[in-house]
Amino acid sequence: MRPVADMFRPLSRPAEMIHSSSLLVLAITAGIFVVVSALLVFVVWKFRRKGPEDDLREPPQIYGSTHIELAWTVVPILITVVLILVTSRTIGEIQNRVMPENAVQIRLVGHQWWWEIHYEKEGIVTANELHVPLSRRDGTGERPTELILESADVIHSFWVPQLAGKTDLIPNRKNRTWIEPFVTGTFFGNCAEYCGTQHANMLLRVIVEEPEDYEKWVRKMRQPAAVPHADLAAQGHKAFFANSCINCHMVDGTVAAGVFGPSLTKLMTRQTIGAGVAPLTPETLRAWVRDPQKLKTGCLMPDMKLPDSEVDSITAYLLTLK
Amino acid sequence: MNPETLDDNFQIPAPERIGQERGSLTRIVQEMVFTVDHKTLGLMYIASGLLFFVVSGLMAAMIRIQLSVPRNHFLDPDVFNRLFTMHGTAMVFLVGMPIIFGFANYLVPLMIGARDMAFPRLNAFGFWVFFFSGLLLYFSYLGAPGLYAAGSAPDVGWFAYSPLTAKAFSRGHSTDYWTLSLLLGGIGSIATSINIIVTALCLRCKGMLLVRMPLFVWMFLVVAFLVIIAMPPLSACQIMLILDRYCGAHFFDTQAGGSAVLWQHFFWIFGHPEVYILILPGFAVASEVIPVFSRKPIFGYPVMVAASVMIGFISLGVWAHHMFTVGMTSIGNTFFAISTLLVAIPTGIKIFNWIGTMYGGKLRFELPMLFCLGFLFQFLIAGLTGVMLAIAPFDWQLSDSYFVVAHFHYVLIGGLLYTIFAGLYYWYPKALGKMPDFKLGLWHFILFTAGFHLTFFPQHLSGFLGMPRRIYTYDAGRGWDLWNLISSIGVIFQAVGILFFVFNLIYSYVKGKKAGDDPWDAWSLEWSTTSPPPAYNFETIPEVRSRRPLWDLKHPDDPDWKYE
Repeated sequence: MRPVADMFRPLSRPAEMIHSSSLLVLAITAGIFVVVSALLVFVVWKFRRKGPEDDLREPPQIYGSTHIELAWTVVPILITVVLILVTSRTIGEIQNRVMPENAVQIRLVGHQWWWEIHYEKEGIVTANELHVPLSRRDGTGERPTELILESADVIHSFWVPQLAGKTDLIPNRKNRTWIEPFVTGTFFGNCAEYCGTQHANMLLRVIVEEPEDYEKWVRKMRQPAAVPHADLAAQGHKAFFANSCINCHMVDGTVAAGVFGPSLTKLMTRQTIGAGVAPLTPETLRAWVRDPQKLKTGCLMPDMKLPDSEVDSITAYLLTLK
Repeated sequence: MNPETLDDNFQIPAPERIGQERGSLTRIVQEMVFTVDHKTLGLMYIASGLLFFVVSGLMAAMIRIQLSVPRNHFLDPDVFNRLFTMHGTAMVFLVGMPIIFGFANYLVPLMIGARDMAFPRLNAFGFWVFFFSGLLLYFSYLGAPGLYAAGSAPDVGWFAYSPLTAKAFSRGHSTDYWTLSLLLGGIGSIATSINIIVTALCLRCKGMLLVRMPLFVWMFLVVAFLVIIAMPPLSACQIMLILDRYCGAHFFDTQAGGSAVLWQHFFWIFGHPEVYILILPGFAVASEVIPVFSRKPIFGYPVMVAASVMIGFISLGVWAHHMFTVGMTSIGNTFFAISTLLVAIPTGIKIFNWIGTMYGGKLRFELPMLFCLGFLFQFLIAGLTGVMLAIAPFDWQLSDSYFVVAHFHYVLIGGLLYTIFAGLYYWYPKALGKMPDFKLGLWHFILFTAGFHLTFFPQHLSGFLGMPRRIYTYDAGRGWDLWNLISSIGVIFQAVGILFFVFNLIYSYVKGKKAGDDPWDAWSLEWSTTSPPPAYNFETIPEVRSRRPLWDLKHPDDPDWKYE
């Protein structure tokens, strides 16, 4: 778990490249700050009015000096040129990176207020939590992940600071970015473009795993959902398919194929509910089925006003999706 | 009619008697409605700007209360979203713009030795259009729900990215109020800018060549040109948005093949010059105040003019640096990173020239100078964080985070608002004839400066830690708690500082020392007339021979025109 998404502790390639050029920029701007503010303080102190005798005569009237002005024009120009060169190089290196054959490809679709995730080659659809393999930098298996970014409604933005800078998810447009993490763990990110009521609770997690664990996860996701036999869960299974749940939600391997809400395939493998609004536990799951508006005011899933018995049974069914 | 019951004081309300009921409330209202005097209009601009400033400042305070602790339940998400939208929109269009136009209106004619603006009635028109556009925006709280009973005040953010503004995502009329209010305000701004340009170019008194024009007027000339260039794209996209929402056009309708990025181009082609429209007046005030309180002429006048014009030109070609994250090509990103970095050069020159002006002077730390020094220091920080944001790869991290929030508040508060305070204290004696109280002003300076840095400096850090802007709440444990708490505490200091400021304005007017015509021993023409100036400004139109006509007058043995 890495909840503190510090951009100065990058653990993945584009973020690392940004980091090294930003350190240079920080050093240059800090230098300028120290020099200019020291000059400012010095001038303010040195030339302060020392007493009433200072009011008797005006100081010498100086109108300007071509030499000095030339100097403080040329020096900033030189600094700017350095910055321009660094910037152009980093932009090119990051944006024009060609993905290797073995790169994982993920299509990420933004929705108000959750993330739809497609692994097209693997045939997996999931939501809000990306699983990606580690990229080994010792030459035994570099494997970056390419992200194709789209949106179903308004503009969102993909931002997981420790992995990469942000790129927007824009409707009617395909953007791309890539990550290449070299440390395992769960990385936190937010939607970084204001997208309406619940923009604050459109969180994203990226789970970086050892390649073997990642392959295990892929295999697991592809197994069809089991039909529950336990009493309550079986009732919930019936209720789930009899109610309008399946209009919006999909469960792989069943007739539920809705695309307006997050996929519920292997729901219980996820860490959070409601795109990160709360940790996923039987209690929060039940509360969500009871009335999602209480947990995430304004979200697009309405209060279904289910009777208590159905809330319990549907929760029990959802708990079997693992 | 029985003559005995006739009131002795009764007079037929003939048009020629209108205005004879001096001092009454109706008289004051009537004077405000009918006036075409540039000084009255200038003060009305500033007063209404300050009114909107207090209102949208209170909105910001509510935002900070909500964010002071994680998972706070002080505000609903929708209410929060309306607050930051209204706060941003109002601070730019109803506070920044009218106050700078107020300064321009009041001072440009006085500084160039004219009796009024070139088009006095256009001037009044501009003010009233702005004022009602402000009321219209705030009326959205009541009017926008309409028959849909959906929505209230606008909640799409001050740059209102499409397609969040489309009918499908913004029901009710809140977005329409926003759009129409900005359209109206744009008309007022363009009217005023035309007026400033014509006044500065055509009404200068004898001897006031362009090369002798005060820097204040020069910078407002640049501002006025920028407004005229930048406002039409804003109006154009507002009209396109209305067409989208009501006539089924598909400019920004992505579901029907429209482009969401198109809006951003239109908006920022306006929006970036707008930043310079707001900050150049700050430079204008600083360029008047710093020389007077350093007792020296501005260092490198021609370079200052050139730098302002250069900033104006460059600012027209940098807009897409707000869009580094939309997925432009690497060439596009590089181009806009370069053009943005170029702005640093003329801006740097300005800062150095102000320091050069102070070098070798005898600095008097009166209120205007204190605020200008605050401006110099804070604008230095704002400029350097601006350089960081110009580095496109760094911006991919910083953009839309709290770092950006900190950056532009350092520009707009640390830069613009501080010079507005400086300007208000500097010209207060001219406009009202009384000296502002130094002690109250000093408390204002100290408290507000402390509060400002407490609130906004930590936001750089929460931005570094991945906090995006415009979120109504956040989870504990992401490293943002402490910084947000400090940020919210700072608001208390700022609010008390502003109380001192408002109290000072009123107190000094009632009890302040009488100011002479020229209390700061200054050199530009506005100080050569009475305080407050008469309706006609100058008894005889002055004639100038240098950039500092009053210096020449006070030092006949060593006049400026010998050296210029």
